Amino acid sequence: MSKTKGASRTSASGHNLARLTDLYATMVRIRSFEETALQAHKASEIPGPLHVSIGQEGVAAGVCANLGRADRITSNHRGHGHALAKGAEAGRMFLELFGREGGYCGGKGGSMHIADFSVGMLGANGVVTGGIPIAVGAAQGLKMLKSEAVVVCFFGDGAVNRGPFLEGFNWAALFRLPVLFVCEDNGVAAFTATASVTAGPGVMARAESLGVTGLSVDGNDVIAVDAAAAQLLADVRSGGGPRILHARTYRWTGHTSTDAAAWRVPAEVAAGKAGCPIARLRTTLSERGAKDLDTIDAAAAAEMAACRATAHAAQWPRPSTAFDDVQDIGAVRHV
Amino acid sequence: MSKADATIEVTLVDAGRLAVQQEMRRDPTVWVLGEDVARGGLWGQYRGFLEEFGPERVVSTPISESTIMGAGLGAALVGTRPIIEMRIFDFVMCAMDELVNQIAKIRYMFGGQARPAVVVRMPHGMWRNSAAQHSQMLESWFVHLPGVIVVAPSCAEDEAGLMVSAIRSDDPVLFFDPKDLWPLTGTMPAGEIAPIPFGKARRLREGKDLTIVTWSAIVPKVSEAAASLAEQGVHADVLDLRTLWPWDEAAVLASVAKTKRLLVVHEAVEVGGFGGEIVARVIDQLGPSNVKIAKRLGAPRLPIPFSPPLENQIRVTVDKIVAAGLAAARA
Ligand SMILES: Cc1ncc(C[n+]2csc(CCOP(=O)(O)OP(=O)(O)O)c2C)c(N)n1
Repeated sequence: MSKTKGASRTSASGHNLARLTDLYATMVRIRSFEETALQAHKASEIPGPLHVSIGQEGVAAGVCANLGRADRITSNHRGHGHALAKGAEAGRMFLELFGREGGYCGGKGGSMHIADFSVGMLGANGVVTGGIPIAVGAAQGLKMLKSEAVVVCFFGDGAVNRGPFLEGFNWAALFRLPVLFVCEDNGVAAFTATASVTAGPGVMARAESLGVTGLSVDGNDVIAVDAAAAQLLADVRSGGGPRILHARTYRWTGHTSTDAAAWRVPAEVAAGKAGCPIARLRTTLSERGAKDLDTIDAAAAAEMAACRATAHAAQWPRPSTAFDDVQDIGAVRHV
Repeated sequence: MSKADATIEVTLVDAGRLAVQQEMRRDPTVWVLGEDVARGGLWGQYRGFLEEFGPERVVSTPISESTIMGAGLGAALVGTRPIIEMRIFDFVMCAMDELVNQIAKIRYMFGGQARPAVVVRMPHGMWRNSAAQHSQMLESWFVHLPGVIVVAPSCAEDEAGLMVSAIRSDDPVLFFDPKDLWPLTGTMPAGEIAPIPFGKARRLREGKDLTIVTWSAIVPKVSEAAASLAEQGVHADVLDLRTLWPWDEAAVLASVAKTKRLLVVHEAVEVGGFGGEIVARVIDQLGPSNVKIAKRLGAPRLPIPFSPPLENQIRVTVDKIVAAGLAAARA
């Protein structure tokens, strides 16, 4: 049993209405965050590229519901959901997206580099597969320090064709590290169907061949994700070594905010949207008599609208701060 | 002789080993990972470590350079202080994303939330005809990279003192061991190894005729050349930079202000080498009219060949340094 604070061991399939409602609220907040961010980007309020995970919220929500604050996560370029689900503040995330003072990285990172070490979010990553070696190292460090915390490593299906995937899985299995790998499989890698560039039977077979076992679930069924993550994390926490959760999901949008996604097959998009993880849980919750769902929706929309407005009105970082936080010794001075 | 004055004679490789051992004894969060480190490392840099510190802190890894580097970073992010052993410098090419995009950027990119307190050890340079993929010196690439400290010692005492500083540093330190000089012996104080601050050059010889700036494996040859130059009446002020970022610009400027003549000598390829930066800064800071000559001597822009006569052909030798020194002094 985990002793990590904050991680409820009640599995979602245990008819716990409160937990299901929490999962719903997390997903709605992620959706609302990203829809609001997309609008802000369209209105030229947000500079730079923005990768949203609309349609994939069930994975972040279901997995992170099983984590305590001391647990760590690493994320990828599509990481807003992971950060929010791990407890990062939407307001500071918006400030960062806008490149404003008070953002998580003081405006030095933006969407692709959001991190909140205070809640164990060790950072999004602009390099595909970049988070895998970092996650296994964090797990190794935690193990060395005799910590009970574990690490969750989120990555996309496109990440499995880079070398650090093989290295990191082998390494985690070899050293029996407390890490849960989560492959968020939306079927595409940027603009390309992952299956069209990936040989062999897929990520689970690759993981198993490297000594990492796990579960493959419908990632749009947040209850299934929650239950699988609970089971796998129990193994990880009890010293069983790494596990993998393969969550099949669907990305509704194009690759970045500027990609209109005209390349996507309409019937496929329609089918993907029909599997919306939020709508599915909403139906379940309604059937079970949950009443406050509209309130949750409205609260999330209001929260994100307020975050957007605040970020839009916020100060830019002082230009001289471009010189801060490079290194202690040998830092160049403000010119 | 009092205990405080006692000295020991050590090889450069042992000086590094003693420094790491001292710091691992002092701080239980310091550990080392890399290929074959548990059997002592390729050159005995970690001899006896497994027995003393155990397999959790002396971790022989798979041949997975990306993950050796990246896992070192991840472990630093949760509060440990890893020494990342790259075995031979050239293999860092397999870990460039983790070093350049992750370690060097993570503090900045995340607005100061992360301190990647890692030491990346990369034994570099020509070594017993190891050919093109086991002999390179590309330290100038890394001086170009914001976010890191670049260390390149040339003697046992500096290897030890700079290693202590590197391990204690919260900044990521790229530590270029001069692998051809591993057996070189030197003298250092017995007992506690004191940290040597980054950015302070070592003066190897005092002179008024010419400033020679150098670092790493070529330093003993520069010393030999400087002695020969002195016999020929040219007295060189010789500075071993020891660290390339930060580098001791003040010491170099003061010396060239005195001698008016600068020669930078490095084993690395001359084109695009760090010598170019030194020459540019000196002329920029002192003004062209105050510098009579500023030259570089490095290797031609060639991969390192295998066969001894071919390797010797491109090598910076004592004779070449003497010739360059005489030319600079007489220009
Ligand atoms: C090493 C590397 N190569 C290429 C890219 C460009 N790129 C960014 S996201 C992406 C697709 C990644 O696929 P996946 O992880 O499955 O996530 P998706 O964006 O498709 O949801 C690519 C190729 C990158 N960021 N890093």
